[in-house]
Amino acid sequence: MADFAMEARGPRPRSRISPRSIMIYGTLVLVAIYYLIPLYVMVVTSLKGLPEIRLGNIFSPPVEATFEPWVKAWSQACTGLNCDGLQRGFWNSVRITVPSVIISILIASINGYALANWRFKGAEAFFAVLMIGAFIPYQVMIYPMVILLRELGIYGGLTGLVLVHTVFGMPILTLLFRNYFSTLPEELFKAARVDGTGFWGIYFRIMLPSSLPIIVVAVILQVTGIWNDFLFGVVFTRPEYYPMTVQLNNIVNTTTGVREYNVNMAATILTGLVPLLIYFVSGRLFVRGIAAGAVKG
Amino acid sequence: MMHQSVSVTDSSLSIRGLQLSFGAVQVLHDVSMEIGRGEFIVLLGGSGSGKSTILNCIAGLLDVSDGQIFINGRNVTWEEPKDRGIGMVFQSYALYPQMTVRGNLAFGLKNAKLPKDEIARRIDRAARILQIEDYLDRKPGALSGGQRQRVAIGRALVRDVDLFLFDEPLSNLDAKLRAELRVEIKRLHEKLGNTMVYVTHDQIEAMTLASRIALLRHGVIQQFDTPDEIYRRPVNLYVAGFIGSPSMNFLKGRIEGEDFVFNSHRIPLAGYDGRPRDGEAILGVRPEHTGFRTGTDGVTAKVELQEHMGAESVIHLSLDGQRFALRTPDDTHIPEGTTLSLTFDISRASLFDPQSELRL
Repeated sequence: MADFAMEARGPRPRSRISPRSIMIYGTLVLVAIYYLIPLYVMVVTSLKGLPEIRLGNIFSPPVEATFEPWVKAWSQACTGLNCDGLQRGFWNSVRITVPSVIISILIASINGYALANWRFKGAEAFFAVLMIGAFIPYQVMIYPMVILLRELGIYGGLTGLVLVHTVFGMPILTLLFRNYFSTLPEELFKAARVDGTGFWGIYFRIMLPSSLPIIVVAVILQVTGIWNDFLFGVVFTRPEYYPMTVQLNNIVNTTTGVREYNVNMAATILTGLVPLLIYFVSGRLFVRGIAAGAVKG
Repeated sequence: MMHQSVSVTDSSLSIRGLQLSFGAVQVLHDVSMEIGRGEFIVLLGGSGSGKSTILNCIAGLLDVSDGQIFINGRNVTWEEPKDRGIGMVFQSYALYPQMTVRGNLAFGLKNAKLPKDEIARRIDRAARILQIEDYLDRKPGALSGGQRQRVAIGRALVRDVDLFLFDEPLSNLDAKLRAELRVEIKRLHEKLGNTMVYVTHDQIEAMTLASRIALLRHGVIQQFDTPDEIYRRPVNLYVAGFIGSPSMNFLKGRIEGEDFVFNSHRIPLAGYDGRPRDGEAILGVRPEHTGFRTGTDGVTAKVELQEHMGAESVIHLSLDGQRFALRTPDDTHIPEGTTLSLTFDISRASLFDPQSELRL
């Protein structure tokens, strides 16, 4: 072992504290603080009582931490006529997000698979139309969509909003899946055909089991996108079906009575919790999947 | 080289007038082949020659533009791959990553709804033949390249079919493993006796495995014959240059009576296997069919470089400014700049028409 230690190789280790590293870490720390300060303010404010907030020290930690504002935001805060808090919006959002995410990913993955592997007649044209859809601003399509949903008889309810989210998620998700499936070896697909598997067999038994990374990406994109959606929620649903974001807005923007900053902060954090959780749980898979679905071919 | 006997009892695979176009690009031009039962056919060619395309058409993975394909006398031109009675082995192995080796082997059989005990029996047999019994329960990710390719061959084997298709199965393996598996595929063919169509760009694989080679270029079959015949009597300049390493040497000159006249040298054509006629011609001589001694008479060339390979050596020469290679079992060093006097084995040489590029 002693001999081994004598045989030092490679460049001499440099001191960790060099002007360069001070610059890099300094900048990183500053940026991190810049991003974390609002979150910090929100958390401490949400734990304070109203009298303490009125003192004006927004950066000071709560003298007497209370979870009262959180409880109030969840179950008592008033929006319009009903005063049962954010929970109604939360469950609405769940009932909107879960089916929208599942249906849109299922359809988009089948689209992507068909486009990447089967090269059917008109595939190019179909893909082109889908991509044009991705570049048209949503606002342009709102009014026609309202009419469409009205004619279908599903305007104002959750079904209509689920349909809207599914349709609008289609271009980008299809692109994502098509690109991912193009990176899988074509010979795998051929081997499955020789083994007597058809369109659906190959999709469910070969392609889908190999596409976990890209499904994770799609789930994250869709969950955060749909959960954070405000515009479609406010346009396409009646108040009793408002998603959490719309309800949050209504709580925070109430113009009558006392402004309950602590309740507002708690409500905001509650609303942001779901996307935040998704990122924490699947952050690493997300990066891998994004690389796998990168635009190619 | 031994001439392999080809027993063509009845046709196992018959390709008639196959055409394939992708848009305006024609990939295959009127490809026709009659392949007998038990033959080992190698489709040989460079990239873009259409060799893999033909294989995909036989498998039913590509729809043909025109022409017909018969397997065991049945017209399968528009049938699904699974109904054609073929097994296929791919370059990238194409094993299903989430299934075990056993699962990979069983997949096609389960799809065909075979009884369980029959599936188990076939897997056992294939595993025994290919010596993969020990890793039947592993996933492909835990196998080496050679093991993966055995499993891929096994997947074709369990299908119990008469026709095996190989799409460059050894190209992803290192040189040593490639040589080993080459011998194994040869043994497998002798044991099973079924028809095999094998795509490769490697002429060694083609020469050693094939009972007949179809040499392709730009989607056209150049020559479809035994390896020996292709080596001895290449039909045109392209085939002559493709087969053999180093490549055949080509000398431009003219035929005058009984002689090939080249840069004022007269080379007698006595013993030539063909019907040369007077006029412009190209003489093709393989490096291994060229003799030499030190001297300055007759056709002479200067030594530029010698490659020693242990058992033999390749000498690169400059013949009146033109490159010329010769191969000799003699490995003694010959200094650069030495002038050698060359002799050609005309009985094993080829003459080509410079216009049509066809053998005379």
